[in-house]
Amino acid sequence: MSDATAEQRLPVQRSLAPGTPGARALDWLKRNLFGSLFNTLLSLVVLALAMLIVPPLFRWAVTNATISGVTKAACSGDGACWTFIRMRLPLFFYGLYPSNEYWRVDLAFAALAAFCVPVLREQTRHRMLFVFLLFTAFPALAFWLLSGGFLGLDYVDTNLWGGLMLDVLISFVTVAGSLPLGILLALGRRSQLPVVRTLSVCYIELWRGVPLLTVLFMSAVLLPLFLPEGVSVDRLLRAMVALILFNAAYMAEVVRGGLQGVDTGQEEAAASLGLRWPHTQAFIVLPQALRIVLPGIINTVVDLFKDTTLVTIIGLFDLLGAVEQALKDPAWLGFAKEGYVFSAMVFFVCCYAMSAYGRSMERRLAQGQ
Amino acid sequence: MSRRHTGFGFGFLAEDTNFDIPFRLITWNVGDTYARALLVCVLNTLLVSAMSIVAATLLGLLVGVMRLSANWLVRNIALGFIELVRNTPQLVQIIFWYVAVLQTLPGPRQSIPLPGGVLLNVRGFYLPSFVGNDLANTLWPLALLLLLATPFVWRLPLRDFPLGPKSLLLLPAAIVLFAAGVGHMDWPELHGFNIAGGVQVVPELVALWAGLSIYGAAFIAEIVRAAILSVHKGQREAALSLGLKPRKVLSKVVLPQALRVMIPPITSQYLNIIKSSSLGAAVAYPELFQIFAGTVLQQTARETETMVILMAIFLSINLATSALMNWYNHRVALVRR
Repeated sequence: MSDATAEQRLPVQRSLAPGTPGARALDWLKRNLFGSLFNTLLSLVVLALAMLIVPPLFRWAVTNATISGVTKAACSGDGACWTFIRMRLPLFFYGLYPSNEYWRVDLAFAALAAFCVPVLREQTRHRMLFVFLLFTAFPALAFWLLSGGFLGLDYVDTNLWGGLMLDVLISFVTVAGSLPLGILLALGRRSQLPVVRTLSVCYIELWRGVPLLTVLFMSAVLLPLFLPEGVSVDRLLRAMVALILFNAAYMAEVVRGGLQGVDTGQEEAAASLGLRWPHTQAFIVLPQALRIVLPGIINTVVDLFKDTTLVTIIGLFDLLGAVEQALKDPAWLGFAKEGYVFSAMVFFVCCYAMSAYGRSMERRLAQGQ
Repeated sequence: MSRRHTGFGFGFLAEDTNFDIPFRLITWNVGDTYARALLVCVLNTLLVSAMSIVAATLLGLLVGVMRLSANWLVRNIALGFIELVRNTPQLVQIIFWYVAVLQTLPGPRQSIPLPGGVLLNVRGFYLPSFVGNDLANTLWPLALLLLLATPFVWRLPLRDFPLGPKSLLLLPAAIVLFAAGVGHMDWPELHGFNIAGGVQVVPELVALWAGLSIYGAAFIAEIVRAAILSVHKGQREAALSLGLKPRKVLSKVVLPQALRVMIPPITSQYLNIIKSSSLGAAVAYPELFQIFAGTVLQQTARETETMVILMAIFLSINLATSALMNWYNHRVALVRR
């Protein structure tokens, strides 16, 4: 442990030694792998372990794997059967969505990307306008494209929605709903009014104290009992409402951190200029607070994106649900490893991209100060 | 069926059940009351949560320190582990361990022998167990008592100084007491088509445990790293210039200060682990959520009551853990004058 922190406390000087690339590589090796006796032993042990684990894994995933063919018979080797994944790809991405309507999903996601790019780019002018469009125009467009039933598109029931598309959709709706609610709760928690403050604290602590699964289950089982006879709310919609209410509590805590990070002088200056409370919050405090906590918000988004897999347990059909469904197909039994590794990798790519963006933003913010 | 019961009440807890709970810590017979089922499930939830919290803390500390290693290989393996685990859903991980790893193990007849007499097969781990002799009933509680007393004896003031590391002598004493109470070992062995003897750890528990602790460890590792880095480097330099040995610098100067920074975020990770134990429902580990939101709800059709029970119990476990950790945090917090 002592050598663990040494590197951080006493940063090793970058190699200044002029010399051939070979000499520099040797120098790097000496500093990073064979610095001391303990370090050398550690490197050798790690290398030995890697030799034990990596080659078989590589053989399974790449060398001995199969991806061609259309049936299980194509997979005869002892490697991974990616054929299974390839054949079921539409199911994993679109669920049971009618195959001749896939273009509507594609178009909705292209639109999402198009709306997101100006929001994520640092140098966009009128960025707030694009944020506004992302949360108003885009949902309307996406609803028309995905659900249809009017303006010339056929109706597609939400029971048929599934796969990765459902994960992305639920995440988007949850963020769009829980962020405004979370901001209100965070403001409420800092309010001078005791009733508002107590209610906000109770709301936040209650939702943060129970597992998401119970909340989702409540939306699936309990909510219909409290609705009047004859009124039925779509199962997907109920799950989305539960996720919004649940994640609002987490968003509120993230935003509260940002609100605390804004100097009180800002608020006092605004008050002394004669701004009312709503204006102070909306134009002075929140823009600064949200800027600070954007990385935190992105972390919450990554978490809730991962948590959308839980809807599988209440019978919705997201990527994990689609994989489990495909694994039960008698024609393709015994490919659990491939199925779960594939879904884990899809989530990894999405989440890693989001966290990398969050980290780069964090660095930019740190530089600006 | 769902509107059969009009009255709201918990009277059904006294009624008899007609289902089995495949894994439990205390005795359970089909036909016991729902209240006892609740107790069995709460214990199962607490068991997997406690096991996961301990494992996640140890693994998290290890990976967090590896992340700061001077060794490039070690540092980057830790980074890869953290990124891989943190960016994939916990539910996928738990199901992966269960379906893709534990369910593909060979049957009891081809059990894989592990060191220490442990057998591993598709029905889980079989550990050798201790069978007590006549004195076990008095010796084993005594050993447990010694174990629990150690931290208190540690700070027992003797001639104005806490006893400190000398109190660790109690641990071998506890082990000796425990060993004295052991009559014989019960080794798991193949009998016919199944394993007899020893203690069976069901694969559902192992999968949930692995999923919860590995996921928690990745987050704790990042907390540990950030906390160690947050200690100002002047502290370390000052301690070194005072002539403290590097090991003392770490244990007396850097770690105590890092601990203060670590505790609040680690507390929320512990709470996350407890809440996530409800994911046991996905692998049919008989914990609170699986039995009460599943079997009990279907049999009694008391949706409101079961959900109230579930939420109340999770809330109280969480609040109790949070209170405990706050108390600990208060004790190690910097005293500001």
